[in-house]
Amino acid sequence: MTMMNIIEAINSALQLEMDRDDKVIVFGEDVGHAGGVFRATDGLQARFGERRVVDTPLAESAIIGAAVGMAARGLRPIAEIQFLGFIYEAMDQLASQAARMRFRSAGTITLPMVVRAPYGGGVRTPELHSDSLEGLFLHSPGLKVVMPSNPYDAKGLLLAAIRDENPVLFFEPMKLYRFRKEEVPDGDYIVEIGKANVVVDGSDLTLITWGPTVPLAVGLAQKFAAEEGVSVEVIDLRTIAPLDVDTILASVNKTGRALIVHEAVKAGGVGAEVAALISEQALFSLEAPILRVTGYDTPYPVGGVEDDWLPNAARIAGAIRQIMSYA
Amino acid sequence: MWIQPEKQPLVETFQLLDVDGTTHGEMPELTDGEMLDMFQWMVFARTFDERAVRLQRQGRIGTYAPFSGQEAAQVGSAYAIEKTDWVFPTYRELPVLWIHGTPVKQSLLYPMGAVSGGAVTKGVNAFPVQIIIAAQTLHAMGSAWASQYLGDKSVNVCYLGDGATAQGDFHEALNFASVMKLPVIFFIQNNQWAISVPRGRQAASRTLAQKAVAYDIPGIQVDGNDILGVYKVMTEAVEHARSGLGPVLIEALTYRHGPHTTSDDPTRYRDADEVAMWMQRDPITRFARFLTARGLLDSAKEAAMREDAEQRIGQAVIEAEAEAKGTLPEVFDMVYGTVPRELERQRDEAATLLAGKAQMAAGTAPVGSGASAGPGVNTRTSAQTASTAKGE
Repeated sequence: MTMMNIIEAINSALQLEMDRDDKVIVFGEDVGHAGGVFRATDGLQARFGERRVVDTPLAESAIIGAAVGMAARGLRPIAEIQFLGFIYEAMDQLASQAARMRFRSAGTITLPMVVRAPYGGGVRTPELHSDSLEGLFLHSPGLKVVMPSNPYDAKGLLLAAIRDENPVLFFEPMKLYRFRKEEVPDGDYIVEIGKANVVVDGSDLTLITWGPTVPLAVGLAQKFAAEEGVSVEVIDLRTIAPLDVDTILASVNKTGRALIVHEAVKAGGVGAEVAALISEQALFSLEAPILRVTGYDTPYPVGGVEDDWLPNAARIAGAIRQIMSYA
Repeated sequence: MWIQPEKQPLVETFQLLDVDGTTHGEMPELTDGEMLDMFQWMVFARTFDERAVRLQRQGRIGTYAPFSGQEAAQVGSAYAIEKTDWVFPTYRELPVLWIHGTPVKQSLLYPMGAVSGGAVTKGVNAFPVQIIIAAQTLHAMGSAWASQYLGDKSVNVCYLGDGATAQGDFHEALNFASVMKLPVIFFIQNNQWAISVPRGRQAASRTLAQKAVAYDIPGIQVDGNDILGVYKVMTEAVEHARSGLGPVLIEALTYRHGPHTTSDDPTRYRDADEVAMWMQRDPITRFARFLTARGLLDSAKEAAMREDAEQRIGQAVIEAEAEAKGTLPEVFDMVYGTVPRELERQRDEAATLLAGKAQMAAGTAPVGSGASAGPGVNTRTSAQTASTAKGE
């Protein structure tokens, strides 16, 4: 066990898997010599050489397209998109190429590839650096979308992603990169993709969230339990596609109330999908409307107002009280 | 003045076999038998293409993209690569896929809408056909990167059209491949039209081959209706790429005789004189003249080749039509390696609905109406109806 933050946990997973499997190749913009703008790939080029840790030309579509070609040939490419907002440049290669190759080839070609990208707000980035775009990829069958919220999950999920036979998008919350260190096993372990984590047990309300808002939700659950006698169960989805519907439904059937919190914009988002699934399959367990606290339906705002735009403690607490007000 | 348009770099246009069937320059290393085999592939391809268009008109296959006129570019380039090499086709490179080992039947299952239509034949180093223009240029580049990493000496051949050179992916692929010296050949079949937009509206550059100059890779324009010329430049390109010297760009000047697909009408955008001019340059006629002059071919032999092609294609049609076209529940298994829980639930729902539909058909349909003919036949009938409804 070593105390690690998320960045270190990701670096540890990459190093471990590159040691284990010489089919694993890491590439992207600035991932080599510089070790990535957040240092996630720090030291990898020195250790594994320029053949396996490659600084590419600045071209997102080509980075993903190359990964498609490589993965089909039996390699295990790990491509980095420097910030998730730049992924629009590679939308075709992700949504209509990587996602569909298995389907297009009637199951004869599989693509074991991983795309890593930092995302998420609260760090005062320039435009198109903070956007949470997981909803786009939930809507693209064939992809898996993984969004860890802590160092232990980051390492275990990344190892699972690299070994997965399908294209996995691995989105890393920037704000949590160095948020907290925790004990992480030095060796090999897997956190299963597609399994949500019940972070806090509760009986009155289910708060479903993922990525950067998980610590916020956990803090609020503790506060509500201590100060207002409201028992909030917090579910960290960990994986957006496939969604762990069973864990969500089991919790909502128990608590009878659901709140969804995410940083991405509200309209047509993952929260809408979760709310719809609950309505379809657990409506009669509900004692209150399902609410969402999300980013607003504007482009990600400038630094001066982002704290108010993001789901913050006040907005989430207000939603919890509103849901609990239905007797 | 530093601006001197006449000093812009040009690229060579290569031709070996002219329209009369006479050759100029050094012949490629091909035996008489190999040349006859190449000719037979061209005849086979033309025969298939004509048959496929008829099948589409009859509603027996869906939308189809004809390639008649491009046989020299396709057969000549495919003939120059090894089974260990990789091929990245668009929807038009059926002859390339056959020469590389794909069964002809597979090329029929795809436009028939069979669930297995996109399957890549085991042991054939090819990607499925690509619909999105130029997307495959990046896959070929990535695969070339894998070839280089694995050190397996395989060469990657990416097929694209003139329209694809206007896409951003094309430039990203060439740039990456050049920076990394990857073993990939970008083979442009410039058939003069991107659906209804002429080559001159895709790029104002005088040739498409000269786009190689910007990336500092070898580029050449070849008469794409000259199979010997295509074979020769392709052989050299393969050698170059295989020896680790990096990518090559080839522009084959050719022409599609028919529409872009069975859905458009080329008489709306092309004039008859242009078509007639290109018909004079037909690649099959030209190669036939050459082979005849060498005493390798006569009209009886050519007719026998066509007859043989008709027979083999007819057989492939029978086999493809007899094959089950698959069911909706199978589709769910092709999305991920292991079916996720929610998708499993949707698959079960589809299976239940399908079973109910079959039961209803069995209960209400009159005897002998086809309900007992099996799922494959039923699926084809509905595909047929759908395609007719589009008014094609």
